[in-house]
Amino acid sequence: MTDTLLDAGTPGSEGVHDDVVLDRARRQLPVRKALMVPLALALFVVVWEGYKAIGPADGGSIFGWKIIPRTNDRAMPHIIDMLRRFDRPEVRGANQRTVLAAVIAATWYSFRVSLFGFALGVVTGLVLAAVMARFNIARKAILPYLVLSQTVPLIALAPITVSWGGKIHLFGLDFEKWMSAAVLSAFLAFFPVAVGALRGFSSPKESSLELLDSYAATWSQGFWKLRFPSAVPYLVPAFKLAASLAVVGVVVSEISIGLRFGIGRLIISYYQDGTSDPAKVYTAVFGAVVLGLVMAGLVALIDRALTRNRPMEAST
Amino acid sequence: MTASVSAEGVGKIFNARTKKQVDALVDVSLTIEPGEFVSLIGPSGCGKSTLLRLFADLLEPTSGKLLVNGKSARQARLDQDYGMAFQQAGLFEWRNVSRNIELPLEIHGWDAAKRHDRAKEMLELVKLSEFANHMPWQLSGGMQQRVAIARALAAHPALLLMDEPFGALDEMTREHMQAELLSICAKTGTTVVFVTHSIPEAVYLSDRVVVMSPRPGRITAIVDVGLGDERNVDTREASEFYGKITEVREALRGAEHGVGVAKVAGIEDR
Repeated sequence: MTDTLLDAGTPGSEGVHDDVVLDRARRQLPVRKALMVPLALALFVVVWEGYKAIGPADGGSIFGWKIIPRTNDRAMPHIIDMLRRFDRPEVRGANQRTVLAAVIAATWYSFRVSLFGFALGVVTGLVLAAVMARFNIARKAILPYLVLSQTVPLIALAPITVSWGGKIHLFGLDFEKWMSAAVLSAFLAFFPVAVGALRGFSSPKESSLELLDSYAATWSQGFWKLRFPSAVPYLVPAFKLAASLAVVGVVVSEISIGLRFGIGRLIISYYQDGTSDPAKVYTAVFGAVVLGLVMAGLVALIDRALTRNRPMEAST
Repeated sequence: MTASVSAEGVGKIFNARTKKQVDALVDVSLTIEPGEFVSLIGPSGCGKSTLLRLFADLLEPTSGKLLVNGKSARQARLDQDYGMAFQQAGLFEWRNVSRNIELPLEIHGWDAAKRHDRAKEMLELVKLSEFANHMPWQLSGGMQQRVAIARALAAHPALLLMDEPFGALDEMTREHMQAELLSICAKTGTTVVFVTHSIPEAVYLSDRVVVMSPRPGRITAIVDVGLGDERNVDTREASEFYGKITEVREALRGAEHGVGVAKVAGIEDR
């Protein structure tokens, strides 16, 4: 009985590598990942509340340096207070929207700008990498500037893009302030994509390139049939970096160019209420965390779409 | 009848007129007739892979005259007159078996239905029909190499160029693949140029074994094998087979004495 069951489980698997084992690993992974999220959250709550319970209320010093954080309610509000704060109005008064509604609206706004910045960054990065992979001279000319570009602080660039933006009117479209934030976000996001994609486009083995040569394939046939698919394992981690950089870019530029409506702006304005309402700023921080998680989830979906049908090793 | 490959005084120099100049091939003359199976054997650096790449127009000769199927090697490449297989199967891991075989046809603009029919035909030829929708990483090394051969033959080329295609396989799989290759060639009538560093492999497969020597790379002997068209497990145990192995080995040793090289590197006796 047991034997027949076992036999039925592996039909025609002779000569085939352990695809059964691989399938199992593939199936188990999402479940384990899903369990990790609540576990990590629980751990965070325990550490936060635990330290708050035992740590000194007014902080402390080691060797004269004040490095032990204060645990009083103003510095470290209870997590339950942060959660309760969501349900109350933003400012005192009747008919005011709740903090939850404000945070959701701001997160949604920043999400759209981040998505735009991410998409712009990915496209820019891929195009630059393709040009660099195609023309050796372009690679030599462009690559140093790419590295240099990332040494310019975003805060310094932010006002410049706004003032340039005010002078641009393309196809009857005004360059709006949110576009500045998206451009700045793309400015951070394109870099890992360009570098990762360039490595990926250059990754095919000599024999694969010879194979295409033997078919008299054109460069663009080689690009779409070999170089681009070969680059996928390099693109996935690059996209992950780009997604979180896109969020950082939007949040930071909202603050530095004074763009209203977004989550970065909300964090600053709630922070200013900190003395009387210390739990409030954390609600906005939650919003920013959710924004980061949603972008990460989006990249995971892209990852899935790109790496289906591939062995597990390639999708890390 | 037009020769499949005709080389006259072909030479290849890398890094010409620099300090790193290498005479990879000097004065190579060789004619391969349609339907022939010819092996190129020799120690590392004898230029056997370079010669194969000249036939394939992946490299250009620096001197001499080279014709493939009666045309320039370049025209033969553009016309997809030959298929090629390497030591690594080199299947595209994002394509299933069938679509890997279709790759050269895709590049030459065949329509989908025709491609699909041809892939099916090739899969039957290499006895992998039931694996059409498997991904390459689900196959063993020998099966991957069979897919690579199917891909090389997909456009029905008259000439098959193989660069140590079984070099990465274990001995048993290798012998099995050699038998498979001979039966495929018998069915298709394909001309084969086969680079190897295994003497028994060269003797078992070939009509002629071309022995080469290094520094500078050149042909030192051509051994006619003459074991007939019917080769099987018994062939490997026949005394004529061992006789030919000895003949090739001595030709290699002669090549070695000829240039005064102390030892012949990279030749397998097994």
